[in-house]
Amino acid sequence: MTAPVTDAATGRAVRPGKQDTRRAGPAGLTITLVVLAVLLVVSATAGLAIGSVQVPPGQVWGIVTHALGADWAEPDWSRARETIVLDVRAPRVLLGAVAGAGLAVVGTALQALIRNPLAEPYLLGVSSGASLGAVVVIVFGVTLFGPASLSAAAFAGALGALLLVYATARTGGRITSARLVLSGVAIAAVLTAVLDLLLLTTDRGNEARAVLAWTLGGLGGVNWGTLWLPSAALLLGTAVLMVQARNLNLLLAGEEAATTMGLDVARFRARMFVLLSLVTGILVAACGPIGFVGLMLPHTVRLAVGGDHRRVLPTAALGGAVFLIWADIAARVVAAPMEIPVGVLTALCGGPFFLWLMRRDARRSTDRGGS
Amino acid sequence: MTGTELVIDTVTLTAGAHRLVEDVSLTACPGEVIGLVGPNGSGKSSLLRAVYRVLRPATGQVSVDGTDAWSLPVRRLAQTVAAVVQESDADFDLTVREVVAMGRTPHKRLLDGDTPEDADLIETALAVVDATDLAHRPFDRLSGGERQRALVARALAQQPSLLVMDEPTNHLDIRHQLDVLGTLRRLPATVLVALHDLNLAAYYCDRLYVLCDGTVTASGPPAEVLTPQLLARVYGVTSEVTLHPRTGAPQVTFLPGEPRTPTSCG
Repeated sequence: MTAPVTDAATGRAVRPGKQDTRRAGPAGLTITLVVLAVLLVVSATAGLAIGSVQVPPGQVWGIVTHALGADWAEPDWSRARETIVLDVRAPRVLLGAVAGAGLAVVGTALQALIRNPLAEPYLLGVSSGASLGAVVVIVFGVTLFGPASLSAAAFAGALGALLLVYATARTGGRITSARLVLSGVAIAAVLTAVLDLLLLTTDRGNEARAVLAWTLGGLGGVNWGTLWLPSAALLLGTAVLMVQARNLNLLLAGEEAATTMGLDVARFRARMFVLLSLVTGILVAACGPIGFVGLMLPHTVRLAVGGDHRRVLPTAALGGAVFLIWADIAARVVAAPMEIPVGVLTALCGGPFFLWLMRRDARRSTDRGGS
Repeated sequence: MTGTELVIDTVTLTAGAHRLVEDVSLTACPGEVIGLVGPNGSGKSSLLRAVYRVLRPATGQVSVDGTDAWSLPVRRLAQTVAAVVQESDADFDLTVREVVAMGRTPHKRLLDGDTPEDADLIETALAVVDATDLAHRPFDRLSGGERQRALVARALAQQPSLLVMDEPTNHLDIRHQLDVLGTLRRLPATVLVALHDLNLAAYYCDRLYVLCDGTVTASGPPAEVLTPQLLARVYGVTSEVTLHPRTGAPQVTFLPGEPRTPTSCG
């Protein structure tokens, strides 16, 4: 009877908090999710409190609960502060949470669908496609779908770029990391060039400057009226992906193996591509292309909860929300009173992470070749 | 239920202009273990791909219990047919148990959770391939042989009535080779297995089909099929075949010192 003991011991040594998925597993996941949810509340409070006007956390809670109709705090704050917290910072913090969660979830799913750990909407040029779509709408003033035109065009651009990258990177049924990243970079470069060309030649100079700032990725300028669309996209995307989590798992075994376990791979991938482009497009339309969140979060989360998508997706969503809220706080604070686009900061963390991931991957495949 | 009938009826498989398999017919009765042998590139893997629905026949039909495999939804077929395919990689951090649990997927609706029955099936499958101790190890850090056993366990957890395996003994040490093939024999399922090792094929399979250059060149019980003449013709090697006094199965001994012969599949 020594075997199970050693087994449990090695299990613990290899991956902490990840023993029998039947018993310890769900409990471990629940704890992780609860911790992240608490962190999310703390982060949101910080996001509402920190800025050019500092609002104490207690007062933040007073203002928020008051607005929600619970009058347990005596309103001892100025109207200006209320406006700052409720109308300026709250939508911004919410958009940060929504975008962070959405990008993390999209990255997670994209890595499974393309079967490559370096897949991420920004690196693959999907965000550039979405940006270009949105800019076309702005520059040419196309408003075919009314106020949702921007998001619709961003969706179309995202889907187009994703299909293009996928088609060019795939040869003989496989996508190598090198080809994926190269075609992503190349396509992103072309799309960005077209985008810059459009902005530079347009006669709407002022708008162009605003759009140029937007293409760096930022959460400023959001208001309550525009928040519903990204939120709906996040909820829809996460819900569908959670339902499909088992099928995403199958893809980890390889395309042929997934087929033998009952997944119509081509059809599934096509549907998921549309869904992911939709979510990415809407998020990019709302806050510009913010890179690397979809890369850092899924991989960090997998280290903690393993690779099963039923665990990775909710954890990555919460983690992404927390991460982007803090990234945005940093964007507001580090060079105050100037504000840095949050996309610049995520790229600052994400670039080194990407390099680490690439080296780890290379190491793993050498290991495998040797075995 | 002791397995499903598999009928491959004059199937031709192509890749572009290239013919991988031509006019191959094969029948596996319920519960039979059918071995597929032949040199590298003779079309074994391609033929198996047509059975587990990855490679669509250009002409001919693959039917499982009388139904065209390609007319069924992928998930329905996966409830009956499981496969251990040759190359399988996982760059993501799944444990062995999670990999084996994947085998339950075709029996699940989208929102179903894992039941105690699933857990039992997974434990049993792991025990059968002697991988209980590996359950919580990360799949991508296993050795080739451990990985192969995990994949066999995954196929077992799928509870197939037709099991298709492409070189399931690849990377395995001899003891685990015997264990895995012994398991196949006891399974209440029809088995179609491609094997390199002729002696193992002779011992464990009810009938063999010999593929050569994309066509079936011989088929029947191992003792009838495995003759020095056939091995010379198909593999171009000189050999001696005896019935082993203890196992009763044909025993092939290769004679590497003897001159090679030109191969001809006709």
